Amino acid sequence: MPTGGGGDTPADLPAETAATVVGSSPIERTEAGAAAGAEQELMTVNMGPHHPATHGVLRLLVSLQGEVVIDLKPIIGYLHTGIEKSCEDQSYWKVIPFVERMDYLSYFSNMQAYCGAVETLLELELPPRAQYLRVIHLELNRIHSHLVWLGTSALDLGAISMFWYCFRERDKILDLFEMSSGQRMHTRYFQVGGVFEDIPAGFERKVREFCADMVVRLEQYRALLDRNEIFLRRTKGVGIVSRERLLELGVTGPLLRAAGEPWDLRRAQPDLCYADLDFKIPVGTVGDGYDRYRVRLQEMRESVRIIEQCLDGLPEGPFVADDRKVVLPPRDELSISMEALIHHFKLVTEGFRVPPGEAYYPVESPRGELGAFVLADGSAKPARVHIRDPSFVHMQALREMCVGGYIADLISNLAMLDPILGGVDR
Amino acid sequence: MPDSPGLELIAGELRDAHPDSVLATYHEHDQACLIVDPEQVLDVLRWLRDTPGQRYDFLSSLHGVDYLPAAPRFGVVYELLNRDRVERLRVRAALPDPAANGDGADALPAIDSCVELFPTAEFHEREVYDFFGIVFRGHPDLRRILLPEVYVGWPHRRDFPIGGEPVIFTHDERIVPGWTE
Amino acid sequence: MRREKLRRLSPLSEPGSPEHLRVRQLRARDLLRGDLDDDELTEHVEQSVMTTTLDKVLRWGASNSMFPMTFGLACCAIEMMAMVTSRYDIARFGAEAFRASPRQADFIILSGRVSIKMAPVVRRVYDQMLEPRWAISMGACSSSGGMFANYAVVQGADKFMPVDIHIPGCPPRPEALLYGFTKLQRAIMGNPDQGWRRRYNAIGTEEWARDDVIAGQPSEASEAAYGRARQVVARTVESTGPEGAGGGEGPRGAGFG
Ligand code: SF4
Repeated sequence: MPTGGGGDTPADLPAETAATVVGSSPIERTEAGAAAGAEQELMTVNMGPHHPATHGVLRLLVSLQGEVVIDLKPIIGYLHTGIEKSCEDQSYWKVIPFVERMDYLSYFSNMQAYCGAVETLLELELPPRAQYLRVIHLELNRIHSHLVWLGTSALDLGAISMFWYCFRERDKILDLFEMSSGQRMHTRYFQVGGVFEDIPAGFERKVREFCADMVVRLEQYRALLDRNEIFLRRTKGVGIVSRERLLELGVTGPLLRAAGEPWDLRRAQPDLCYADLDFKIPVGTVGDGYDRYRVRLQEMRESVRIIEQCLDGLPEGPFVADDRKVVLPPRDELSISMEALIHHFKLVTEGFRVPPGEAYYPVESPRGELGAFVLADGSAKPARVHIRDPSFVHMQALREMCVGGYIADLISNLAMLDPILGGVDR
Repeated sequence: MPDSPGLELIAGELRDAHPDSVLATYHEHDQACLIVDPEQVLDVLRWLRDTPGQRYDFLSSLHGVDYLPAAPRFGVVYELLNRDRVERLRVRAALPDPAANGDGADALPAIDSCVELFPTAEFHEREVYDFFGIVFRGHPDLRRILLPEVYVGWPHRRDFPIGGEPVIFTHDERIVPGWTE
Repeated sequence: MRREKLRRLSPLSEPGSPEHLRVRQLRARDLLRGDLDDDELTEHVEQSVMTTTLDKVLRWGASNSMFPMTFGLACCAIEMMAMVTSRYDIARFGAEAFRASPRQADFIILSGRVSIKMAPVVRRVYDQMLEPRWAISMGACSSSGGMFANYAVVQGADKFMPVDIHIPGCPPRPEALLYGFTKLQRAIMGNPDQGWRRRYNAIGTEEWARDDVIAGQPSEASEAAYGRARQVVARTVESTGPEGAGGGEGPRGAGFG
């Protein structure tokens, strides 16, 4: 029955369902825009999918009365990649590069959510060193993601120099990733059972240098933006949504914390070694754009603290679990052990099998709760992989942030929302 | 996470409140799941959200699953969260495939929309409709969300081909001339 | 009499080849002295002095002041942004002025996967760019679909638009992008018409030939210009053979018809 392409009208559907399907024709205006009569002089503006301030290929239908946003409708899917479907066609260990490419700024979080779900299904324990290494990379990734957010958002609000500064630090983080994993982006550093390789010599020193540097840099960013008149005017009091409404809309992460709710999965439901670490959860007061900015900036500071603690407490030991049915045997064993060779062959050609079951594994990504749902049917390929991406959920809050405000505030709201369209559309 | 007796308690109370609503329960890997009757899923969700002592009032995710060889074929999975006790509960509505029951090949499974209980479900339900063709009755704006509006087919069903095509490289042409035709 | 000799050596109707440098030098001296006149002068100026040199200057200038379009698609877009920053600094090659409007941009970097929903948009944006225009496909996804061989992704952007440079990688490092960009510069300096119109059977789609189609019926003047363009193209095809200028395409040209 299923075929790709072609035209689909509600008339093709059976009578009882056709009534419930609202429409399959392209949408042309928002509800308020369609309801308004000609005398109200509403203007429908189509922003995107190619627009420099939409942070990717997002399309917004905006109804304007003068300069005030009356209604807004995000239209997404311009980056839909079918990753979840592709994952069903790969063995478990080959899925990791796919999920990385969903939310392409927080690839370590994606990997952690997926690997965590598979490890839950396998009931696999991580060795302590692997947990610490993962946390180091997750937090570096958080700084990296926030840096890109800060650079591009400040660029949208007119502070172009922030862009150069943030990307300078971002490149330093990417150098660290390159050192530990060999790739700048999409590192596939995590694997089921631990990490792909131990950190090289000198990595620790470099990370420490970076941390010391980053503390200073954060002060510089604050000096540039905190009392910047333009920045303040464009973010203060803009895009406030009440905490209760945010929770109803499923918003998590820095957006929720900026509204005063100290909800952070790293603290509430700690996985890895987060329970051993000492860090604070920054919260805002009113939840406007400025609070969101301050919360994220402070989060970077806390991430630096977490990384330093992890480096201090980095335990010795194996960096990957010792389960030969799941993890590739070490290279040196291949030449002396027949068994290791067989395992290696099995793992590379077929992959490991996961007992039937399903698991949902949430992690705190730089943008909020990122959960991976994995359904295993007992074979070497997952039967379903679904990622609950925070950007996708947050897109629904954009309307409430913008309605009633000026269209210029829409840009500011979008910048402070920090959607990653790869995550929205997957 | 409710432990296994806790899950049975919830299921028992739910059965008292709404007879026949819970079809089965299971508890594995420390994760609890209720399998419920799709006709009563709204009652179950409302009960879980509003009953004092339960208060699973945050819907963190909603997604569809296609358990193809098994019956009932579809599942709509609600990942509920209570933020005070940090407890997660999975509710799965088991939806049979009307096409397999002889309702015609184009019949779509339908379930009640939970947007008025959890406003966050709006995009999620559109996505499930987009991927699996599960119709949500009472959804304010049920249309395709990620795929083009004119797309035909429900791509994330397991019997939908993954698609794609071989990539044509120049060197293949040299080895096997005319292989592209 | 020296001019007679020159004319015999290298008739003016044929453009002088590099071997006839000396001949051309002598002729240029005549020009400066004012010894050339009328037809000879016109022909000489058209052939040897103005056109070749100015063309080169133009191409050199164009290739060194390229305006890319602000067009990010997916992960690769982040690396494309990194290319502008201080470490990689595309300003060294004169392409740092990102333009948000396709009308002002010289080339587009397809930085990421193109989904079936996005492909018409990309094509439209590309069509809105003014000629001469170029396209760089950055990353495995827009070059071939990459790892996403599935229902949602167009398997390579050259399925629906001409692409001049493909850059492998997932994502390509900014250095790779810079290298690809310098390749594009070299291509522009060499042969600006990359032969793609012939390759894609798209002769007659030149923007200048059909510039008032938007206004409804094309005017007579533009019809005439269009006809002339077709003639010129037909003549070029004749002289260069059906394979066209892209003779170095090898087996690909045959396979793709
Ligand atoms: S080539 Fe790789 S990095 Fe680039 S868009 Fe595709 S998946 Fe992302």
